[in-house]
Amino acid sequence: MKKSVFLGAATVACLGAGAAAAQTLESVQENGVLNCGVSTGLTGFSSPNASGEWEGFDVGICRAVAAAVLGDPMAVNFVPTTGQTRFTALASGEIDLLARNTTWTFSRDVDLGFSFAGVNYYDGQGFMVPRALGVSSAQDLDGATVCIQTGTTTELNLADYFRVNNISYEPVPIETNAEAQQQYLAGACDVYTTDASGLAATRASFENPGDHVILPEIISKEPLGPLVRQGDDQWADIVRWTLNALIAAEEYGVTSTNVSELASGTDNPEINRLLGSEGELGAMFGLENDWAQQAIAAVGNYGELFEQNIGESTPIGLARGLNAQWTDGGLMYAPPFR
Amino acid sequence: MSDTHAQTVPYVRESMLPQAEPPVAERGVVKWIRENLVSSWLNAILTLVSLYIIWWVVSHVWGWFAGSVWNAGSLTECREILAGEEGACFAVIAERWNQLVFGFYPPELYWRPLLALALFFAAIAPVLFPERVPRAMFVVTAAMPFVNVWLIWGGSLWGPIFVALGFVAGWGAWRLAQPRLGVLAGAILSVLAALLWWGVVTGWASPDFARILPLDLQRVTSRDIGGFLLSTIIGLSAIILSLPLGILLALGRQSDLFIINKVSVAFIEVIRGIPLIVWLFTAQLLLNYFLPPGTNFDLLLRVIIMVTLFSAAYIAEVVRGGLAALPRGQYEGADSLGLSYWQSMRLIILPQALKISIPGIVNTFIGLFKDTTLVVFIGLLDPIGFSNAIRASTDWNGIYWELFVFIGVLFFIFCYSMGRYSLYLEKKLSREHR
Repeated sequence: MKKSVFLGAATVACLGAGAAAAQTLESVQENGVLNCGVSTGLTGFSSPNASGEWEGFDVGICRAVAAAVLGDPMAVNFVPTTGQTRFTALASGEIDLLARNTTWTFSRDVDLGFSFAGVNYYDGQGFMVPRALGVSSAQDLDGATVCIQTGTTTELNLADYFRVNNISYEPVPIETNAEAQQQYLAGACDVYTTDASGLAATRASFENPGDHVILPEIISKEPLGPLVRQGDDQWADIVRWTLNALIAAEEYGVTSTNVSELASGTDNPEINRLLGSEGELGAMFGLENDWAQQAIAAVGNYGELFEQNIGESTPIGLARGLNAQWTDGGLMYAPPFR
Repeated sequence: MSDTHAQTVPYVRESMLPQAEPPVAERGVVKWIRENLVSSWLNAILTLVSLYIIWWVVSHVWGWFAGSVWNAGSLTECREILAGEEGACFAVIAERWNQLVFGFYPPELYWRPLLALALFFAAIAPVLFPERVPRAMFVVTAAMPFVNVWLIWGGSLWGPIFVALGFVAGWGAWRLAQPRLGVLAGAILSVLAALLWWGVVTGWASPDFARILPLDLQRVTSRDIGGFLLSTIIGLSAIILSLPLGILLALGRQSDLFIINKVSVAFIEVIRGIPLIVWLFTAQLLLNYFLPPGTNFDLLLRVIIMVTLFSAAYIAEVVRGGLAALPRGQYEGADSLGLSYWQSMRLIILPQALKISIPGIVNTFIGLFKDTTLVVFIGLLDPIGFSNAIRASTDWNGIYWELFVFIGVLFFIFCYSMGRYSLYLEKKLSREHR
């Protein structure tokens, strides 16, 4: 409650600032660099590598937008943000785009004054248990001790789920994911619960990942997506359609390797419009017509981005699941480019 | 034993016996052990228990250290090399050493922060060891802050030079005005002269000088500064700036001037009464709303200011303790010599009060230096922040102790040397009869 009052006041305070910073595209082009807020470190989504370059699934979104707007995927200023600083950093104009595994919720979209540009990863809360426990479903967890991060939505989801299913549990409150991993390995709790992508990344870091299973139940909806300040529709459109372009590119079979070849023209008019060899889509929001081509060439299409950072070929090994194309039974569905 | 005189007088020995060794139990190692470890049954048992605990800890930790892997590309590789044996995976330090120490600072420019550090040591040498280092070295001390800003952030040297010249202008105005107009007017004029210099002359002349003689270094933004370099910059800047500010606040709190007194008290109590982390959040989040949009007020600078103010409030209280410990006679003696307020403070009161406060001041500095790790909560990548970021890469996910041990050792070296210097200083300055 206190937090929402504070953030509400902060939002009111920043309305003045928001009006002045309405033309985000112009300021980004003028500076020649995109200020992009990412997580200070989340396996597979954003982390600096040994030579100091940021890598990951969320980082890819920043690079794609930078490529679309500036023609250079490296023209990004990565601003590491924490759970507490991310929204004020965006509201105050310190960053132009926040791609930090942020769940799209009503109050964030409406009350905090942000616009979500879409969903780049459909996550959900899951459970991990040691294989030796012999549990195959979350319904069997009656009386289990559960390691849970305090003060998060996962804590509330957990309480709801156990109450609805009329089973009992004993929470073991912990502060950070790192602490949770240690506690769980030390046997302080039977079950560890957090977002399924986080569980997979955690399990991959164990000495014997095979000794632990992630249960099939997903008990919450966590659509994660990039967001921008409300009130600058042009900028929101650019981010939204850059994400859509990556998703559409996978659907039409455009990859980072064949994009330059296809950009010279194909017999599929939808691809031609997407890559700018037909129509004037880019000009409609103030970019070059090859904006999508630049973005795809920089980071690959959605499927490539997924495989490179969190897919089954990486140690994290996430299956596509809900994040598959709609044609494959997933939820990734880009509106038509016309 | 001598037999010759043994029977001359019964029961009386006339010659000295040769000196004998003390009994085994009363000398050397055995004596020490008897006295210190097994002086009673209870102590003997406690000694055995302690030895067992020490052995237990060392035997567990030693295996982990002895089996360390220093050369591997990821935690998985480490585990393959160890093949089930116990051992640390310090390969993460070997791979990410640069990042933990310098952050994202461009590798080809590492010489600049290193040179800045060397310059810093050269600059504090005459302050720390005044009797061993020639006084001429104070020139380095005066130039160090400006040169170091230039070395670390790059850009044109003329910016720092003009800022430094502003101080010179203020000092010149003070020397001219103070004998004629008195202390207060002199101080006001000196501040005005400095502001005039920075506000007018710098903006007008510095670009011209930069054109004639560039003296440019490649710019490095604060975002690129991280790791231990970040902690050191925040910690050392705050230490250097907070000491004079803290002394002024302590004097202000003792002052008879109503407004100065109340302002100092309010400042100290407000800053001290609120946790540092709140001030850091204020610096990071709230200031953005109050500043006009588009102003680019460097986050690192904001953090340094906040940490400086915070530790200045603590220093002020430590120094006030030193001032309070001085006998009233010292103040009265200074007055009876006809010294002005500033003369008596500079020559009589402060040298004694600061000497008493040394342990407290150094204690505050050590605490301040370690508190710089709190910046991790506002998204700055200090060593702790980097340990999280490194763990977020798929190669090193799941590695904890190695990183924390390394960071702990680095901080320990700094804090321990500060503590040792404080002990040295106390011994050197001790004038009491003991």
